[in-house]
Amino acid sequence: MAEPQTSSHRLELHIPEPAARPGGTASFDHISFAIGAAARKPAPLAPEAELRELPFGLIRVMGTENSAWDPQLPPETMRQALRIMLQTRLFEDRMFRAHRQGKTSFFMKSTGEEAIGIAPAMLLGAGDMCFPTYRMQGWLIARGYPLEMMINQIYSNAKDPLAGRQLPILYSARDYGFYSLSGNVGSRFGHAVGWAMASAYKGDDKIALGFIGEGSTAEGDFHEALTFAGVYRAPAILAINNNQWAISTFAGIATADGTTFASKAIAYGIPGLRVDGNDFLAVWAATQWAAERARANLGATLIEFLTYRASGHSTSDDPTKYRPADEAAHWPLGDPIERLKAHLIQLGEWSEERHAQAGAELTEQLRSAQRAAEEVGTLGQSKPSVAEMFNCVFKEPDWRVIEQRRELGV
Amino acid sequence: MATMNMIQAINSALDVKLTDDPDTLIFGEDVGYFGGVFRVTDGLAKKHGLKRCFDTPISEGGIIATAIGMGAYGLRPIPEIQFADYILPAFDQLVSEAARLRYRSGGDFWAPITVRSPYGGGIFGGQTHSQSPEAIFAHITGLKTVIPSTPYDAKGLLIAAIEDDDPVIFLEPKRLYNGPFDGRPGQALKTWEGHPAADVPEGHYTVPLGKAAVVRDGQEATVLAYGTMVHVALAGIAESGVDAELIDLRSIVPLDIETITASVAKTGRCVILHEASRFGGFGGELAALLQERCFWALKSPIERVAGWDTPYPHAFEWDYFPGPGRLAKALARVMENA
Repeated sequence: MAEPQTSSHRLELHIPEPAARPGGTASFDHISFAIGAAARKPAPLAPEAELRELPFGLIRVMGTENSAWDPQLPPETMRQALRIMLQTRLFEDRMFRAHRQGKTSFFMKSTGEEAIGIAPAMLLGAGDMCFPTYRMQGWLIARGYPLEMMINQIYSNAKDPLAGRQLPILYSARDYGFYSLSGNVGSRFGHAVGWAMASAYKGDDKIALGFIGEGSTAEGDFHEALTFAGVYRAPAILAINNNQWAISTFAGIATADGTTFASKAIAYGIPGLRVDGNDFLAVWAATQWAAERARANLGATLIEFLTYRASGHSTSDDPTKYRPADEAAHWPLGDPIERLKAHLIQLGEWSEERHAQAGAELTEQLRSAQRAAEEVGTLGQSKPSVAEMFNCVFKEPDWRVIEQRRELGV
Repeated sequence: MATMNMIQAINSALDVKLTDDPDTLIFGEDVGYFGGVFRVTDGLAKKHGLKRCFDTPISEGGIIATAIGMGAYGLRPIPEIQFADYILPAFDQLVSEAARLRYRSGGDFWAPITVRSPYGGGIFGGQTHSQSPEAIFAHITGLKTVIPSTPYDAKGLLIAAIEDDDPVIFLEPKRLYNGPFDGRPGQALKTWEGHPAADVPEGHYTVPLGKAAVVRDGQEATVLAYGTMVHVALAGIAESGVDAELIDLRSIVPLDIETITASVAKTGRCVILHEASRFGGFGGELAALLQERCFWALKSPIERVAGWDTPYPHAFEWDYFPGPGRLAKALARVMENA
């Protein structure tokens, strides 16, 4: 009888670690920023099998000579985009301060990621539906949702459109193409696919846009949604907001190194695009490409937007505890607002003076909206009728809700 | 009127809805061409087309997420989960999404989905084809949970569930699909032939959610049951000789609190019978509600007869299953001080 072989190697468990922790030198050398195969812009109706190199490249427009992906936007559209991104950042800075002043319980910023919510909001149709992440309030601002209503929601005051039932910033705005948010990450990715399948079932022309964070791509929801999207050719754009950090966990814990999130598309039989998410024009071009494909009945596209979460995860987070304090400054793709601003100035379509003036005007609008919301009240000073707590559990209340409302005396 | 078993009655409900509402559609594992492992969707894909009744990947979470998205668009999806034991991968979608969507969005979005799933034991299905998970759904605010016990009710309740604008878990007692079952194994199989509730109209009708049925009038005690256990209860009551009133809850959420409290206030005694394991089962909630509302009318402690607190066992199915003998003993106990 043969002796069992003994290995000369001891096995070793691999636990990935980010390039740098606090006090270390920030580095993004492990990420490929090469344009590669994405130098070419295939026809949106190209067969998926011809697109399998794309998710390993990087779609970029700004700072790239004669990019094939340049959407050739009129200057006025770019100026409008810049104003909306700036408005979003000023809004979030203001609301973050409002949290520190005790005016709300919780807040989240999308600093550095503004282009990803705003370009699709400007580009897609009014009847299309966005299934957002919580770093996408720029969509609402782009679609003209009243700022005062956003602040009322954040303050959970008497005019909160969600009637005090939901955490700040987990908005819902059907009329603005913005699906109800939840604090459970990733769980609406499959809803985008179902919504898109329903649109196709009805012979409608609407498409869905679903977002998920890179950290949440490890959830079953992501893989289930992509399986359904691939099988039923759902007219959806499925986007990964890869901002490098899931609270304190770096992207290398969400997938193996040496690959890309966009390339996961290949196994599901749908195209994958990897996009410079801080390049407004690249975000626009990639979204437009995928939308055209979806509207032509060719099904879903997976897009990875490469970006960086310049802010903390939320008001409850201190990112200096787990990453170098200056890491954002080392992010090779810069800042979306600074880049679009520089691009417009270079084209002779914008100036520092106009930028400062726009900032002042936008700040005044925000001040006025905040004043109006604070006249209603901040968290704890004002709230919807407590009876609202018992509404919307079911379409019609059942006896439990009726009895308990009576028991509470509201 | 036609004589239908429960499979045919449910199939008829689905056929009626597919015919009268173009926004309804059915999907799930093996439900399309093949017609489902229990044949419940047999013929529907052929009659109404594959887009109305189609197969899905083995992905319960994906099935329910897709259904919710379709519901948010404006359709009325009727997904099937092949066995209630397989529903847990979709639990987050049901609990955190379907049940909460209307509430958290201020009525902006809702999920008018009806999730059909065969549940319960008595078929030698072992741990993974026999469980009764109704209590975990009853605990979730925002979900309705419906369990029929006859072909007539199955069709009417299912149509009502599909037409309801809230998410409904529709649990089908698989042991009753082909005939009533009184909980005594080893007898010749009964069919629904000749049973009054097997006379099922071929067209549209509803049985309202939240309205219990008094299956047997009685004066001495009340037995509360649903699904398969309604038939077991009839046998147990007969064996006991007690003049018990039997109430079939039909839906546990919404719960017909008025009918059950009126009965227990009248009889002063109550036995709750369910197949699911006892600890944390829906019987606990019923007992609590009744002692809150009927305490001074009670003549003896409320009894629960249920599955034991073990996983559902294979070889010990009939030792586990709460049959008529156990109900008869419980009825004898509640009558001790008569």
